[in-house]
Amino acid sequence: MLKTLLIGIKDVKLAFRDRAALIFMLLAPFLLTLGMGLVTGRFSGGNSTGISDIPVVIVNLDEGELGQALVDTFNSEELADLVEPSPGTSPEAARQLVEDDKAAAAIIIPMGFTRSVIPQTGDFDNGSEPEVLQIELYANPTRPTSAGIVKSILDEFMSRIEEGSVSGQVSIMQLLISGRISPQDAEAAGQEMTEKLQNAPDDDTLAIALNTSTADGAEVDFDILAYLAPGMALMFLMFTVSYGGRSILAEKAQGTLPRLLVSPTNSTQILGGKVFGIFLTGAAQMFILIGGTSLLFQLKWGDPLGVIVLVLAAVFGATGWGMIITALAQTPAQVGSVGSALMLIFGILGGSFIQLDQMPAYVQAISRITPNSWALDGFTTLALGGTLAALSTPVTALLTMGGILFVASVILFGRKNLAQK
Amino acid sequence: MENILEVQNLVKNYGDFQAVKGISFSIKDGEIFSLLGPNGAGKTTTISMLSTLYAPTSGDATIAGHSITKDAMGVRNAIGVVPQDLALYEDLSARENLIFWGQMYGLSGASLKNRVEEVLNQIGLVDKAKDRVKTYSGGMKRRVNIGVGLLHKPKLLFMDEPTVGIDPQSRRAILDTVKDLNKQGMTVLYTTHYMEEAEELSNRVGIIDHGRLIAIGTQKELTRQVGESETLILHIGENEDPEALVTAFKGIKGVLEANAIDHEISVVTPSAADVMAPVVTKANERGIKIHSIDIREPNLEAVFLHLTGRALRD
Repeated sequence: MLKTLLIGIKDVKLAFRDRAALIFMLLAPFLLTLGMGLVTGRFSGGNSTGISDIPVVIVNLDEGELGQALVDTFNSEELADLVEPSPGTSPEAARQLVEDDKAAAAIIIPMGFTRSVIPQTGDFDNGSEPEVLQIELYANPTRPTSAGIVKSILDEFMSRIEEGSVSGQVSIMQLLISGRISPQDAEAAGQEMTEKLQNAPDDDTLAIALNTSTADGAEVDFDILAYLAPGMALMFLMFTVSYGGRSILAEKAQGTLPRLLVSPTNSTQILGGKVFGIFLTGAAQMFILIGGTSLLFQLKWGDPLGVIVLVLAAVFGATGWGMIITALAQTPAQVGSVGSALMLIFGILGGSFIQLDQMPAYVQAISRITPNSWALDGFTTLALGGTLAALSTPVTALLTMGGILFVASVILFGRKNLAQK
Repeated sequence: MENILEVQNLVKNYGDFQAVKGISFSIKDGEIFSLLGPNGAGKTTTISMLSTLYAPTSGDATIAGHSITKDAMGVRNAIGVVPQDLALYEDLSARENLIFWGQMYGLSGASLKNRVEEVLNQIGLVDKAKDRVKTYSGGMKRRVNIGVGLLHKPKLLFMDEPTVGIDPQSRRAILDTVKDLNKQGMTVLYTTHYMEEAEELSNRVGIIDHGRLIAIGTQKELTRQVGESETLILHIGENEDPEALVTAFKGIKGVLEANAIDHEISVVTPSAADVMAPVVTKANERGIKIHSIDIREPNLEAVFLHLTGRALRD
């Protein structure tokens, strides 16, 4: 076990002393993130998310002001570039559009929604509480980012409704206690207050900010860099794992692997050490990039525990790919060229350059073989305020992927003659 | 003295090609044993099997009582290996390399630190210990390569052509190191295709050719095989035909053997003085100008020539 760790640490040291490798591991993803951030206006005060025209179907069955306010929010000028709302004829039809991948999400506002939030005269006459109705969000699982953005807009709207409702009730109660209004005037006063809240001039703090809340209630902005930075980091993680895999064959060619094999170190310790080295290097790369972008771009990656778990799972999945490439290749050069090709293909398929939501369904299905795709889902979830608990699917997928590839590569390595130069 | 290494009928096949064809020999504790043979003779394959890198096709060997086929770990703990090609991490310094390899041999803590400093002293690289190996000269790299093999004070050190491709000064330093190590009690199995190195270093020599051990013994025992003969070495012009002369020389009374390599003709005879005149005459008769003539005492080169009909460097 100790020798495995020592071999792994030695490999990390060697990787971080290789200037050419450092350029690909750290500088290239950093600069590409910076460049794409500049293109999307992230650093010039703009608010472009790089995501546009998210198709949303809204079925408004409510006859009150709040249902209409939500529809108006989605149709507002501020969100015109981001979302493309269309009215739905029925909940069933709206859900079908989502299932047919013609919409990223469907929002169904139930009949009586406004009245359930703002009770009217007579609602309390029989002594019963009015039924609390909920807006339904029907999300498209193949468009997690777009659906997440729609959810964040909805969350923001609902939180403002909640604020308005509570503050309205408290205010009316205060007016009643102080005798400034009579019980008969309470309904009219409440409705007037709600309308004023809805038409408040600080519209710029409404949904356009794409605010959502984390579990602890803190506000988190959805930042385009929270999508771009992990996309680039994951793409170049594939370089790192293929570089690490390449080092196995390079050590074989340069004679250090045969020398290890004639030391009192068994082949399991050696191979384990090499894999550990790839894993450590990949994890170090990811954490350096995360730390660097957090410091320099003030990028919030989300729940720290979730980020750590997701990074480790992503590196594990990617390491599996690095190992299988190495097990199938004959020379370090082959690993290098196949690794570079895979880095680009996985980068494109995994959504590092183009939003997966904007790709055909079959491409989205194929993308699931890449660690990039699963990890990017996870990072988007975290950036949108999700916590570790919301990462079970991507983390499980990445660990399974890494496990299967690792077992396959061990079988293939068993057939290789590592001693032969 | 006990045998530290005993090799019994070791064979290595690569498909249809037999690289080592059943060799057997032993090495006594404390001696320097050289395996002398041309490139491709099977020296490195033999060392690779003895160091447990390759499994033998058949046969076995024991090193310090450990079988190479049944107790590889026991063998690996007992041996040190200096491979023919450099096997170092060039982006690590000499000290970092020695520390890493020492750890792979189970050294740790103060014993590792002390041993690394001792070896750095031994190979004369204390001042350069912090520099990355990639900045070293070829000779310095060779010294680090040797140092790695010495870290755990092995009972038997395998050195596979450690002087190939280096300058004369570095070669001299390496040969002196080998002699020093042997004086300190280390047993060495040294492979080379340089006759002079085998002659200078070895207590005993095994001559290997085409995967077979064709002779084994002390230098005296081996040269006795070619008798008390001497060798005349004649250098002729580049445009001359040496084969015609070789045929002519073989007809001279007292010539045991004649061979040509490029434009150098070797004539083996019991008395160089007796055949000198007829040799020059034969050359003159054919209009071939002899540039120089050397007389050599019997040596391992002559033994190899005698046994194989070829020069060692062929």
